Amino acid sequence: MDPRLPTAIIVVVGIPAVLVGYILATEQVLRAFPERLKPRIRPWLWLAPALAFLIFYLIYPTIGTVISSFQDQFGKNWVGLANYAWFFSADDGIGSLVNNIIWLVLLTAITVGVGLLIAVLVDRVRYESFAKSVIFLPLAISATAASVIWLYMFAYQPPGHAQTGTLNAIVTALGAAPIAFMPTSEFKFNTVMLIIVTAWVWTGFAMVIISAALKGISTELLEAARVDGANEWQVFRNIIFPLLLPTLTVVATVMIITALKAFDIVYVMTNGNFDTQVIANAMYTWMFTNGNFGRGSVLAIILMLTVIPVMIFNINRFRAQEAIR
Amino acid sequence: MIGGSVTVLAQWTGTEQDQFMAMLKPWADETGVKVNYTGTRDEPTVLTTAIAAGGASLPDVAGIPGPAQMAQFAKAGQLQDLSTALDVDTYKSQTPQSLVDLGTVDGKIVGIFLDVSAKGQIWYDPKVVGDLSSSAPKTWDDLQTLITSNKSKATAPWCFTVESGAATGWPATDVLESFVLHTQGPDYYNDWWAGKVKWTDPGMKADWQMLGDMAANSYGGSNTILTTNFANAGDPLFTTPPGCLFLHQASFITGLGQFAKETKLTDYNFFPFPSVDAQYAGAVEGAGDLFGMFKSTPQSQSLMKYLVSAPAQQLFVQGGEFLSANKGVANYPNAMNQALGSLLANASSFVFDASDQMPTEMQNEFYKGLVNYIKSPDQLDSILSHLDSVQASAYSQ
Amino acid sequence: MSEIAVSAPRAETRPSFRDRLGHLPVHVVVIFLMVVWLIPTIGLLVNSFRPGDVVTNSGWWQFFFEPTQATLDNYATVLSQANIWTGFINSLFISIPATIIPIFVAAFAAYAFAWMDFPGRNILFVVVVGLLVVPLQTTFIPILRIYGQVGLEGSFLAVWLAHTGYGLPFAIYLLRNFMGELPREVFESAAIDGASPVTAFLRLAVPMSVPAIAALAIFQFLFVWNDLLVALIYIGAANPTNDPLTIFIANLVGNRGQDFWLLGAAAFISMAIPLGVFFGLQRYFVRGIVGGSVKG
Repeated sequence: MDPRLPTAIIVVVGIPAVLVGYILATEQVLRAFPERLKPRIRPWLWLAPALAFLIFYLIYPTIGTVISSFQDQFGKNWVGLANYAWFFSADDGIGSLVNNIIWLVLLTAITVGVGLLIAVLVDRVRYESFAKSVIFLPLAISATAASVIWLYMFAYQPPGHAQTGTLNAIVTALGAAPIAFMPTSEFKFNTVMLIIVTAWVWTGFAMVIISAALKGISTELLEAARVDGANEWQVFRNIIFPLLLPTLTVVATVMIITALKAFDIVYVMTNGNFDTQVIANAMYTWMFTNGNFGRGSVLAIILMLTVIPVMIFNINRFRAQEAIR
Repeated sequence: MIGGSVTVLAQWTGTEQDQFMAMLKPWADETGVKVNYTGTRDEPTVLTTAIAAGGASLPDVAGIPGPAQMAQFAKAGQLQDLSTALDVDTYKSQTPQSLVDLGTVDGKIVGIFLDVSAKGQIWYDPKVVGDLSSSAPKTWDDLQTLITSNKSKATAPWCFTVESGAATGWPATDVLESFVLHTQGPDYYNDWWAGKVKWTDPGMKADWQMLGDMAANSYGGSNTILTTNFANAGDPLFTTPPGCLFLHQASFITGLGQFAKETKLTDYNFFPFPSVDAQYAGAVEGAGDLFGMFKSTPQSQSLMKYLVSAPAQQLFVQGGEFLSANKGVANYPNAMNQALGSLLANASSFVFDASDQMPTEMQNEFYKGLVNYIKSPDQLDSILSHLDSVQASAYSQ
Repeated sequence: MSEIAVSAPRAETRPSFRDRLGHLPVHVVVIFLMVVWLIPTIGLLVNSFRPGDVVTNSGWWQFFFEPTQATLDNYATVLSQANIWTGFINSLFISIPATIIPIFVAAFAAYAFAWMDFPGRNILFVVVVGLLVVPLQTTFIPILRIYGQVGLEGSFLAVWLAHTGYGLPFAIYLLRNFMGELPREVFESAAIDGASPVTAFLRLAVPMSVPAIAALAIFQFLFVWNDLLVALIYIGAANPTNDPLTIFIANLVGNRGQDFWLLGAAAFISMAIPLGVFFGLQRYFVRGIVGGSVKG
């Protein structure tokens, strides 16, 4: 038996106990305040643990990133906007931003679209659980293993030789010449391939969340509509889809951010070669390969700024949600 | 007996990790020190982060990705001076001067070479082109003649691939470095990695074109070059019929791909890179794995001293994958490693891997530049002038 | 409305012939997508039972023409690694608390964002969600510096807390969205009955959010279980005895990429636990668990 087991048990039981204890204690704390102030103080007590974590692990480092973006590579001298100027003149600066936009559109469309399709369809079949597990499977595979999987998928042998890659075996069986997937940059073919790999992983994510929301929709409501003579498409279009919309926004937002932060698969498969560069990979290269934290920070800031429109959309949607409930 | 423990971080994983641990075992048994080893290919990231964060999470002893990073880490004040850990006189007497110099920053020894590899050998299958061990082509022209006379025996003269995950392109830097060394000589070569020779220099451009010529005469063409992992570059040497006659690669290829399954000397052998300009004949390029000490403890000092010692090095080369940086090590497990060892020992001049000595930004763009050139040979001029612009900023930082 | 406690099992009637025929396209589409999704993984699975040199020289489907290739060597090699079980146990030690803590912390915050009124609520919430975009790599250095000062580097606590911080934006987003959709009447009537917000949270909001919490638990566990970089930075170098499975698996491959086929065998061993979590929690996605209706 692992000598750390008792500690682990204490941790697993103790931490929830402490956290629940904290929430119970908030009402005791609030007794010290006059009734009128309670509703104003209470939210902050509930938010306090989360905000403490977020400030320490995400906000404080981000302030550091903002500062570094105005400094030289060692963080010693102030360089003003030089790093930002560099971004707009760098070879892969704007190019990677363009690639990220392709990522954003395609990855979100595929994962949300296919995730929704599967969630709605498997709701009607008996092997639902098995079907969902199949789509979920890639998420359970670590990034290292996923890269090996796609190595097998994309492998290329010269024309006339037996293909070892799954996709090229299909391509050549259909009579076409084998494709060198990653070096083919025409029409952003390779970027699209990288997006498909990522969508293969993340569609399960969209499916699980959409499916969970789908299970929350009242069956009576759907049956009532069917009794009224609505066909399946009308039920989906007029009842299921509107009720899923908030969830679809959450999933789409998370996928947009995943697309903006796309890194692992690009790093492993091309490291930005063949015009596949994306912001997060460029950032990683500048920070950890080239050791230039000034430029790396600018790339991180650009990445963070791109999310603002998505967040504005979310604010508007939450206002709308509160207005109707 | 020293007791206690030491943390070690290195890039070695898999079988290399096993050999490294086997090398450490006698030392650990003798001193009673427990070795806590982490091997990871993300080592540069871990070290860069730990150093930028002030060094508290650094391991005691670690592999250093290359001379350029070693200088960076030393300037950050994190690499310990090894003069107290090593017996400096013995170390200097047993190690080639060029390697001692490469491990020295601002007059302090901060890095040691755990192993070296010889780069730029030409590998072939004696069953296809005959045994060349006594009739190796002396010059590049001789090699061209040899290729012409054997042309019908294989699909293409050369095997050449550059895929290596995030470091894709490095095998091509080795090829280019061989051409630069043998056409322009060691002085030009050393000025080049130091940023004193422009990439658009006509001599440099001619070397890129020699590489382009090799790529154009390679098995499978640019698609195969760009998509096949370098470890499998030589596999077509051994197919029936052979896909190629020759492969340019460093001594460590013998542990990779199909080489690892074939028999040394009977199934494959090598000859040194032939001279292009006769005055530079016998110049050899090498590379190696640097180790440094981040925390000075009795355990880490004892370990560093052990690593460079002849018995440890002898044990390390016994596995058959590594060559030693210690001149006292003369017994290699087989004749081929013996020949590789003596190639390094008897070099007319020895240069270290150029790309490994460039600033990391330059190195990275060098990799990418060669990848782009192999994909689009007509872009050579714009690739070289881009590298010039990187050179202008990367060295001044 | 507000028939929260009423369970509504789906009416089971015999499908008519027309219904079955109408289902045919559904089966076709679902099975087609399953096949497409499975092929890459099947390639890995088949190759994990083939010798390394064969894997690099022929496609995985050749296995079906030469079944004699089958070997368990890859699994034997992976399982014989001295520290693979240490890594496995370490991964459990890391993943379980790193899943539990953020769920609790996020649930409190999500409830406050969904059902308490305070100035700046929407802006603050969107800032929290916006933090999803912060690249983790930018946080390593400042956090590691503080860890170094307080001596946390190399400990499990260091990664539990870090994964909590990194996981919160998504956790709060998901839970707030779900809790926000719960019917207002439930909470209003609870308040009229004199229930405190704590009671309403523990007795109503949490039980009604079980599907969202289950989904969150699956993903948070998965992210932590499969994480390599966070563990490598905060534990890796300083204390190798605490390294998780992912680090050992990545180490099976030589640093020049040799022996990469071992990753297939290792992946299937490593995947067992998150898949178990998925199957275990999937029953919470069944209709009726939250009492039939939360909306409608």
